[in-house]
Amino acid sequence: MKPGFVLAAVVVFLLLTYGLYQALEVAPTEQTMGDVQRIFYYHVPSAWTAFLLFFVNFGASIWYLVRRNPAADAVAVTTAEVGVVFCTIVLVTGPLWARPVWGIWWTWDARLTSTLVLWLIYVSYLMLRRFSSDAQTPVLAAALAIFGFADVPLVYLSIWFFRTQHPQPVVGGGGSLDPRMWHALLINWVAFLAFALLVCWLRYRLEMLKRAVENAHAAAALTGDSGSRR
Amino acid sequence: MSFRLAGVTLTKDLRLEWRSKDAINSMLFFSLLVVVIFSFAFEPTAEESRQIAGGLIWTAFLFAAVVALNQTWSREIRNQVLDAYRVSPAPPNALFLAKVFGNFLFVTLLELLMTPLFIVFYDLRALGQVWLLPLLAALGTWALVVNGTFFAAMSLRTRSREVMLPLLLFPISIPALLAMVQATRIILVGEDSVRFWMVLLAVYDVVFTSVCLLLFETVLNAE
Repeated sequence: MKPGFVLAAVVVFLLLTYGLYQALEVAPTEQTMGDVQRIFYYHVPSAWTAFLLFFVNFGASIWYLVRRNPAADAVAVTTAEVGVVFCTIVLVTGPLWARPVWGIWWTWDARLTSTLVLWLIYVSYLMLRRFSSDAQTPVLAAALAIFGFADVPLVYLSIWFFRTQHPQPVVGGGGSLDPRMWHALLINWVAFLAFALLVCWLRYRLEMLKRAVENAHAAAALTGDSGSRR
Repeated sequence: MSFRLAGVTLTKDLRLEWRSKDAINSMLFFSLLVVVIFSFAFEPTAEESRQIAGGLIWTAFLFAAVVALNQTWSREIRNQVLDAYRVSPAPPNALFLAKVFGNFLFVTLLELLMTPLFIVFYDLRALGQVWLLPLLAALGTWALVVNGTFFAAMSLRTRSREVMLPLLLFPISIPALLAMVQATRIILVGEDSVRFWMVLLAVYDVVFTSVCLLLFETVLNAE
């Protein structure tokens, strides 16, 4: 393990601890919702992080299609996997909060449904990567990423229109956010983003290592050195 | 040149289909099963039918279309026809459009044959602007078929390709499906205006036809 990585891991750990302290202790309790509202400090940062990672995935996919750079594809697979994890956190923490506050686990509101569809698209992206043969995976995956990106605004628009015709639960708190709440939220976002980048870093190195090993095997097979193939 | 090429490919596909009737028969029987099963599962009254028929019809057509879409490229794999196509100077988008038009015709034919059955089984009577239904069907079918043909070409390169196609197609099709279902419901019930959904479908069609044409060559030549 490189010393730079260990240092980064320590910094992320401290940030997360500080963020936890801010969210549970320093931030004031919300008036109507009570302590349940504190899940907000994890829900929202996870969502922002996931969306950012999916956006990077889209950029990396285009970059791969234009330049055919293997590193871009490694970035794409990394951000898609970590993005799906954070998106899952969003989809799990959302209902946990909604049940006590709205009285229901789930509603087909624009933001919820768009996030769910985004999650579905990226799970299908990961399935495609898994089921296609190695040589073609990067191109097919990059193409699908572009489809997914084009789909998201249409999903949002369609569900927004679909739901505005029906009554929907009131989204908690229309007023301004307490500065200490903002502080806790932003700290946690920084912490979550740093954590995501740390995991991405690890996953990216693993991906590049895996490819180096595969290339070494292929080279060995070409030179007839079958002993190293095990 | 590319129009003639698309025409030749389309004619060949139609002739093959005319002789074998593989796609249309399997689609027809499949959607017939869906109609019967849904009818048992929900037992709707005439009023309920109007509310849910849009969802039933389009779900049945979506599932049935997957059957035809899966067969689109598989016959080009036999005897390496697709490889021959790739080394030829023919423009890939002509091949793609020919396949899309072919599937569009198959699914439209399916819809023409199945709609009377739906009307009979679910006791449907539209209260809204019925003359919009053909336009809606054309836009919706194109939305399913253009992406479906593309993803079928993509899943051709994967293991268990028959399973892969719906896994790729369904998530991306969610806004189109929502638009088709809502517009059909509005036409049947006769309330509100379908304009938003029609425009959304048209935008969906334009966006994804462009993306498909932009990326098809890349996917066809992915090695």
